Amino acid sequence: MSKSVIKVNGLHKSYRTGANSLHVLKGIDVDIKEGEMVSIMGSSGSGKSTLLNILGILDNYDQGEYLLNDILIRQMNERKAAQFRNQYIGFIFQSFNLISFKNAMENVALPLYYQGVSRKKRNMMAMEYLDRLGLKDWSEHLPSELSGGQKQRVAIARSLISKPKIILADEPTGALDTQTSYEVMDILQSVNDSGITVIIVTHENDIAERTQRIIRLKDGLIEPNHINSMAPATAVVN
Amino acid sequence: MTGFSVAWGIFMLILLLGSGKGLQNGMENNFSGTSKNALWIWSRRTQVAYDGLKAGRRIQFTDQDVEELKRKFGDDFDNISGRFFIRGEARITYKNEFGSFRTEGIMPEFNKIQIVNQEEGRYINQLDIDQHRKVTILSNPIKKALFKDETDVIGKYIKVNDVPFKVVGIFTDPEDKERKRIYLPLTTAQKVFNGVNKLGEVAIATSAITVAENKRIEEEVRTLLAQRHRVSPDDKQALGIWNTLEHFKQAQGVFTGIRIFVWIIGIMTIIAGIVGVSNIMIILVKERTKEIGIRKAIGATPFSVIRLVLSESVFITAFAGFFGLVAGMGLLSVVSMVLQQAGGGVERAFWNPSADLYVALWALLILVVAGLVAGYIPARKASSIRPIEALHDE
Ligand SMILES: Nc1ncnc2c1ncn2[C@@H]1O[C@H](COP(=O)(O)OP(=O)(O)OP(=O)(O)O)[C@@H](O)[C@H]1O
Ligand SMILES: [Mg+2]
Repeated sequence: MSKSVIKVNGLHKSYRTGANSLHVLKGIDVDIKEGEMVSIMGSSGSGKSTLLNILGILDNYDQGEYLLNDILIRQMNERKAAQFRNQYIGFIFQSFNLISFKNAMENVALPLYYQGVSRKKRNMMAMEYLDRLGLKDWSEHLPSELSGGQKQRVAIARSLISKPKIILADEPTGALDTQTSYEVMDILQSVNDSGITVIIVTHENDIAERTQRIIRLKDGLIEPNHINSMAPATAVVN
Repeated sequence: MTGFSVAWGIFMLILLLGSGKGLQNGMENNFSGTSKNALWIWSRRTQVAYDGLKAGRRIQFTDQDVEELKRKFGDDFDNISGRFFIRGEARITYKNEFGSFRTEGIMPEFNKIQIVNQEEGRYINQLDIDQHRKVTILSNPIKKALFKDETDVIGKYIKVNDVPFKVVGIFTDPEDKERKRIYLPLTTAQKVFNGVNKLGEVAIATSAITVAENKRIEEEVRTLLAQRHRVSPDDKQALGIWNTLEHFKQAQGVFTGIRIFVWIIGIMTIIAGIVGVSNIMIILVKERTKEIGIRKAIGATPFSVIRLVLSESVFITAFAGFFGLVAGMGLLSVVSMVLQQAGGGVERAFWNPSADLYVALWALLILVVAGLVAGYIPARKASSIRPIEALHDE
């Protein structure tokens, strides 16, 4: 058995809004191994995004522990958190979250800017990744000039350029049609094949079924019975 | 709009500082021909009866007054010179050219009190005084009036009230280049024009540095002269003294005041600009919340976000300010050029209104600081943006 990249024990998270407190995660245990491809499902408001944000060190948790690559992530200062995100994690969002006034290449290169890579080198690497995702000819285009699928591919290139250990994708296909969704999933599949752990939050069963394992959230807890037996079959089909 | 306010602030600052400098240069031109701690002493008729003598008596200085002043206060004086004026104006002739000009006898020391620019030849010297030489020095405008296009006027003779004098020097008065003056050796003038030992005025350059010191010397000189001539010490009409240092300092004080005022106005305008830029930046940061959230999610540290906002703010203010700077400097140099061509007496009122490199550097520093200050609050706002909130899908 390979080692865990993400290990979560007894995780609790509440949102405090004024006098009210909303207990969203009520003791989550998750163990995700290196190279796994996992999906997180659950009804709206069940806390999927909350969990993903905590895994991405975009948010704090209240109780329990979270180990990323065997390092305890807890009450981290912002500078450190930013460095961890830059080093270990790639994000893919439903709404792409590209910077609107930067062209595709600049968007892809941005994580390297925060690693202090020279402009020439990072633009070169960005071109390489765009080429790999079939977007070489679109490098000079602004996000507004790209289709949804193209935008998401730019976002994937951006998440990959810093060579992360984990890709966190919050409904990456939520804004795309079925055909494009499958293309994006194919890409994520090949990303996973290259050894990167991929975690996808999704509503869609057919998307979830293309992962090796489904984690179902309900009432702030993880439902048992989550091995996806169909995954190997689909993997073979592709 | 607010960038404009920063530009305007700098523009005003440069302009006002420049014109302040111009006024000051004008004033200093006014004083430039005079030793700044000079005392000019003259006598008139007495206004009040004193010591058993009636009012209306004419006071006449003599060489003895100068000797006595030297003896008593020699340590307080750097230079002293009696002045003897030829009554009215002297009639000066050279060949067929002639004119009436103010003519006076002076000592060599006078050049240290009323400074001239020696253009040709020399000033009056001690030998001229000792040997009662009939020599003269002329200001350049008189040379032009008498000699027209002739060069080599040194050594030529002119007549002063029909007495021939040899020209030994040509000068200009830095206070006023057009001023027409003729100087003779004091002793020669007294002898030739029936002056005996009479003096019209006395000029002194004191060794005082402070106004108070110069004032003390002024009072001591007044007391001594009043005693010698049996004049009431309060009779300012009978004994007039112009204290240059006092007036110079007064004028300087006024200009310092103006300068401070100018700085205050300029800085207030810049502060208004800073507030404006700051507000713009806050709006900008708000509009860019999402972008900043994205940057943070992919690894931007709070410091790099602060740097991003601050550098933009500095860029805006510096850009706007630079415009103001260039516009201000440009206008000043145009005005300066116009003045230089205008000639006449303007240099005594307003001259060379330039904001020097030093001021420009100051302005630049102010701009950078202004940008940093303007960007501070927005930058803090930006760095405290939390990516999860920024990335929340609406
Ligand atoms: N910043 C916040 N402050 C307060 N409450 C929040 C905040 N973020 C989420 N919540 C609440 O926490 C709960 C879980 O939210 P979360 O976004 O994790 O759900 P989700 O499973 O991702 O839902 P969806 O499928 O609709 O995206 C929701 O009830 C939501 O209202
Ligand atoms: Mg969600």
